[in-house]
Amino acid sequence: MTQMIFHLIILVAIYGILAISLNIIVGYTGLFSLGHAAFFGIGAYTSAILSLAGVSFWAAMFAGGILSVLVGLLVGFSTVNLQGDYFCIATLACGQVMNAVFTNWMSLTRGPDGLPGIPSPRIFGYTLSSLPSFALLTLIILGIVLFLTQRLSWSPFGRLMLGIREDTIAAESIGKNVSNVKIQVILAGAFLAGIAGSLFASYISYINPGDFDINLSILILLMVVLGGMGNNYGSLVGAFAMVLIPTVLLLAGLPSAFSGALQELIYGLALIALMLFRPRGLLGESHFISRSDRVEERETRAASD
Amino acid sequence: MHANILIQLLLNGLIAGSIYGMIAVGYAMVYSILRFINFAHGYIAMIGMYLAYTFSTLWGVNFIIACLLAVVCSGLLGLLIERIAYKPLRKTFYLAPLITSVGVSYSLEALALLIWGADVRSYNLHMDRSFSLLGARITEVQLIIIVVLVLSIALLAWLLKKTPLGIAIRAAADDFDMCFLVGVDGDQIIAAVFVIGSALAGIAGILLGMNTNLQTTIGLAVTIKAFAAIILGGLGNIYSCVLGGLIIGLAENLGIWYLPSVWKDAVAYVILFVILLIKPSGLLGANREAEVKL
Repeated sequence: MTQMIFHLIILVAIYGILAISLNIIVGYTGLFSLGHAAFFGIGAYTSAILSLAGVSFWAAMFAGGILSVLVGLLVGFSTVNLQGDYFCIATLACGQVMNAVFTNWMSLTRGPDGLPGIPSPRIFGYTLSSLPSFALLTLIILGIVLFLTQRLSWSPFGRLMLGIREDTIAAESIGKNVSNVKIQVILAGAFLAGIAGSLFASYISYINPGDFDINLSILILLMVVLGGMGNNYGSLVGAFAMVLIPTVLLLAGLPSAFSGALQELIYGLALIALMLFRPRGLLGESHFISRSDRVEERETRAASD
Repeated sequence: MHANILIQLLLNGLIAGSIYGMIAVGYAMVYSILRFINFAHGYIAMIGMYLAYTFSTLWGVNFIIACLLAVVCSGLLGLLIERIAYKPLRKTFYLAPLITSVGVSYSLEALALLIWGADVRSYNLHMDRSFSLLGARITEVQLIIIVVLVLSIALLAWLLKKTPLGIAIRAAADDFDMCFLVGVDGDQIIAAVFVIGSALAGIAGILLGMNTNLQTTIGLAVTIKAFAAIILGGLGNIYSCVLGGLIIGLAENLGIWYLPSVWKDAVAYVILFVILLIKPSGLLGANREAEVKL
């Protein structure tokens, strides 16, 4: 039982970092990315391959983050000027292509067979093979990530992110370099997702391309939306809920083929229900001004002038 | 020998491509009026495909009647989805309907998995005759697909050009608010567009099932390829969507001449990505602001 609880804590922490990394892209900046699993996968694969080759944990993790950033740079530069729904489809296509790379670059990733036996991290001479020690590591990293992203969201840069989300043209018209900010946000998100991926690989010790497909991208999105877009603690709550649901289904003892589809159905319906009844999410802020409100506001102003 | 393979790949590409094109048309109709990507569109095609399977193979209904039923059901499903998931969100933040459409797609795929399972199925049509055409083989099924495709597109073109409903739809795509001012009921037009588009997706789904086989997981690939078709053709008119679909179909089928077939789906994604990169308004498209005229 304690084992189980530590396992859940570790998963919540890893997915929490992942959800926060998407939150700064989707929640704060309003860039609807459906390919975020790719960055998580790049981090996981890079650090797994390096660890298996004997590179130390920190170096492998950092390399995973950096490679994610490099791919993010490519993705960012090419998609940054696309508008809302186009950006969404483009990032989705990137995610699918990246997944095809994980699946088909046999010599490096062993394809669908996956990479087994990824070593546990060794830090200052200690091997973190026990659950509590690994939980401590992930919680510390989660804490650092949470601290940094909170600082970011209150900084002028964070205000600028919100500004871009609320009204890109207005942000541009006061002389802000919107494309630049968007790229920086994507890079930051990619780096954090890469770190989370690296933690995931060294914890689970076995990864395959199926871990990083479109379903994960949608799952992370659901975490962010559930917790409340533009709220880092909300993302953490979302991650907690999304880790809990499969665990509950597992404990309920349903056959795995059935519970997998049921889980998908719950996620899908949850996304719809959230948007219909509580678009702000569980903890969300009310930054989202509806379009009709804005039009009304403009009209009243015009009328009073 | 190489020439024969080339012609065969061209033929396969044209057939697959025109099916993508047909899905793209329904997609573009919705986009033209609501300016939102109905992610679930390809998943409706998947549901239509399986409904025809249930009616014909499991319930023993005549295949043609089963297909007609499935197409009607797809149309109604589209309407239902619009009423439940999109209509209440029409005036909110643009991310909201996009997120629900992802939710709808996910739910549809899960439902299909729960009802029909993950196994690959087929219609068991027992139509094995084939004819030779310029050294390539064209099967009876493929001929039927081509006829149905041409008829459906012709019917849609007639509907949009000649009927009052079609004229109203085109007017709504042109300027929705103006349409409202001259007394066209916007909600009805949107409902009609969802019904027609989803029915087209249903037809295309059945054709796709006849052409290859039935899988519950094709929704996403179909959605992306149809979107790639729209982007490629530019949101000009129904023919440019079909043309975009043809290019995608040809590219992925010719692509596997050079690449291992596992990369087949990736070809469409890369094309999509490159087009978005260099000319988001499409090869034939007008500029983005003045886009979409059906």
